[in-house]
Amino acid sequence: MSAAGTKGRSFGASFVPILTVVAAILVVWYVAVVPMNIKEVLTQAERAGAEIVPPSAAERRDAGRLGLVLNNLDHLGASWSMDRARLPAPHQVAGELWKSTWVEETTGRRGIVRSGSFSNRSLIYHGGVTLGATVFGFLIGSALGVLLAVGIVYNRAMDMSVMPWAIISQTVPIVALAPMIIVVLYSVGLSGLVAKATISAYLSFFPVVVGMVKGLRSPDAMQMDLLRTYSANSSQSFWKLRLPASVPYLFASLKIAIAASLVGAIVGELPVQRGGLGARMLGGSYYGQTEQIWAALIVAAVMAAGLVWLIGWIERRTLKSMGAEQ
Amino acid sequence: MSEAGRVGVFGALFLLGAVLSLLLANGGLVLLWIVLMAVAGWKFVDALAGAFDTTRPARLVAPLALGVVVLVGWEGIVRAFGVPPVILPAPSQITGTFMSNLSLLGADFIQTILKGAMSGFVIGCLLAFGVAILVDRYDFLRRGLLPVGNFMAALPIVGTAPILVMWFGFDWQSKAAVVVVMVFFPMLVNIVAGLSDTTSMQRDLMRTYSASYWQTMRQLRLPAALPFIFNGLKVSATLALIGAIVAEFFGSPTVGLGFRINASLGQLALDMVWSVIVVAALAGSLLYGVLTVLEKVLTFWHPSQR
Repeated sequence: MSAAGTKGRSFGASFVPILTVVAAILVVWYVAVVPMNIKEVLTQAERAGAEIVPPSAAERRDAGRLGLVLNNLDHLGASWSMDRARLPAPHQVAGELWKSTWVEETTGRRGIVRSGSFSNRSLIYHGGVTLGATVFGFLIGSALGVLLAVGIVYNRAMDMSVMPWAIISQTVPIVALAPMIIVVLYSVGLSGLVAKATISAYLSFFPVVVGMVKGLRSPDAMQMDLLRTYSANSSQSFWKLRLPASVPYLFASLKIAIAASLVGAIVGELPVQRGGLGARMLGGSYYGQTEQIWAALIVAAVMAAGLVWLIGWIERRTLKSMGAEQ
Repeated sequence: MSEAGRVGVFGALFLLGAVLSLLLANGGLVLLWIVLMAVAGWKFVDALAGAFDTTRPARLVAPLALGVVVLVGWEGIVRAFGVPPVILPAPSQITGTFMSNLSLLGADFIQTILKGAMSGFVIGCLLAFGVAILVDRYDFLRRGLLPVGNFMAALPIVGTAPILVMWFGFDWQSKAAVVVVMVFFPMLVNIVAGLSDTTSMQRDLMRTYSASYWQTMRQLRLPAALPFIFNGLKVSATLALIGAIVAEFFGSPTVGLGFRINASLGQLALDMVWSVIVVAALAGSLLYGVLTVLEKVLTFWHPSQR
C-alpha cells in the first residue's frame, strides 16, 4: 500500500542509486567471470602453447579456482570471450540478445523483414508465445482466486473445507503434473496454449486467494459494527466495505500472481517444446549454450518487470480514483 | 430437516451415486453425472460442517469430508468409465504403490525436502532479513536495491536452475542454491514492506520515549511487520518445495523426489508419480501448518486472526 506509493514517487529521485547498484552488479559479474571460467580458459591457453602453472590437467581439476587465477595472471585474457562459458560475460549475453532479436528479424531468412512474420528463431517470437499463455492463465487464475476467496469469506463450510486443500494444492510440484495435464487436455481436444494456461492459472490462483481472504477480512470490528448500526445487509457490506478494503491486498497479490503465471507458462513449455522462452532455456541447457539461457532469462525478466509495472500502474490509478491516501 | 438428517441424506445420496456409477459403467451422460455427484458431495460437506458448526472438530471434519468426497468420486469415475492408468490412476492403486515403496520415498524425502529445500529456505530467509535491515537503515540502498529487488522478485527464477546445477554439481547443494535464490526476493520485498507498515504517529511515540533504532525495531516495527513476514514465509515455503523438485529435472543423483518423478514418467508409472506428489503435498502442508500455528501465536492482534 504505502510501499507501492513511495516506490512510484521516488522512482525519478532514485535514478542514481539504482544506477549504482546495477553498476556494482555488473562489476561483480565481470570479476566473477574470471574464476568461474578459469579451468576452461587455462585448458585453451595450454592448447595454444602457453606455460600453465600446475602443468597437468588432473592437478588443475582439484585445485582451487582463486589459486589458479593468482598463479596464471598472464593467461586470463580469454575469460571474457569464451564460447559456451560456465558464466558468460554481460557483453556476450547482450550480444546474443541483440543477435536473436534485431539481427535475426532484420537480416535473417525467416525474419519479419524477409518473411513478413516473426522468425521462429528470434526471442521476440518465443517471448510472444510465452506472453500469450501467461496473460490467458493469469486472467483465469485470478478470476477463480477472487471467486474462491469470496466463497471462503462468506461460507463457513467452504472456509473450513476448501482452504486447507487450496494450500495443499500448491505443494504439488506442477512440473510433474504438466505432462499429465497436457496429455489429458490433448485427449479432449485442447491445444498447447490451453494446457500452458492451465498450469499458469494453477500457479496464479493461490496468491490471489490468500491475499483476497486477508483483504476481505481486513475491516476491523468497529467498521463492521458501524455497518451493522446502519442495518446494512451482507451484500451491501460486501460492496461498500469489504471489497474496497481488499483492493490494496488484491493488487499486492496480483503482482505476485502475474509473476507466478509467467513461471507457470515457462515451466509448461519445458515438456511441450513447441516454442516459448522455456523451450529456449531447455534447448540452451541441452547444448551447453549458456548465452542462450541467459538471453532467454533476460527477456523473461523484462517481460515480468513490464507486467508487474503494468499492474502497479493500474493499482495507482485505482487507488487514486478511490480517494485512497497516497 | 435436522442437521444430522441433512448429513445423512446427502451422504447417502453421494454414496449411492458412487455405487451407481460402478454399475452404470458406460460413457453416456458423463458430464451430467459428474456434476450431480459434485453437487451431492458438496451438500454433504456443507451439512456436515453445519452440524458441527463452530466447534473445534469442524476444523478437522470439514476438510476431511471434502477429501473423502473427492477421493470416492475420483475412484468411482476411474472405475466406472475405465480411465486408463496412464492417464489417471485410481486412489486405491496410488495408496498401494505408496505403501509398498515407503523406504524409497523416505530416502527421496530426506534428499529433496530436508537437505535441498529446508537448508535453502532457512539460508534464503536469513539472508533476506539481513539485507532488509540494511535497506531499512541506509536510504541509498533502499532507493537503489529495492527497485532491483522488485525486478528480481518477479523474475522467473526457475530459469536459473540449469545454470546453478551446472555450477554447484548434481547433489543437494545446487538444489539449496536454487531455493535460496527463489526464496530471497519475495522475502526481501515482504520484510521491507512490513517494516514500513507503521504510522508516523506510532514512530513519533517511540521517538518521544527516546527509543533507539533497535528498540523501535524490536518493540514496534518488527511486530508490525509480522503479518507481512508470515505472508512471505507462506509463499516462500511452497516456492522452496517447487524449486528443490524442479532443480532435480536438470540433473540429480539417483535419489530425490524430482528424479523419481522424471524416472517414473519415463516408464509411464503414473501411480508412482502420484505417490511422490503425495509425499511432497504432505511435506508442504506440514510446513505450512507449522507456519500457520506460529502466525496465530505471534500475530494474535491482527484483525485477520480474530
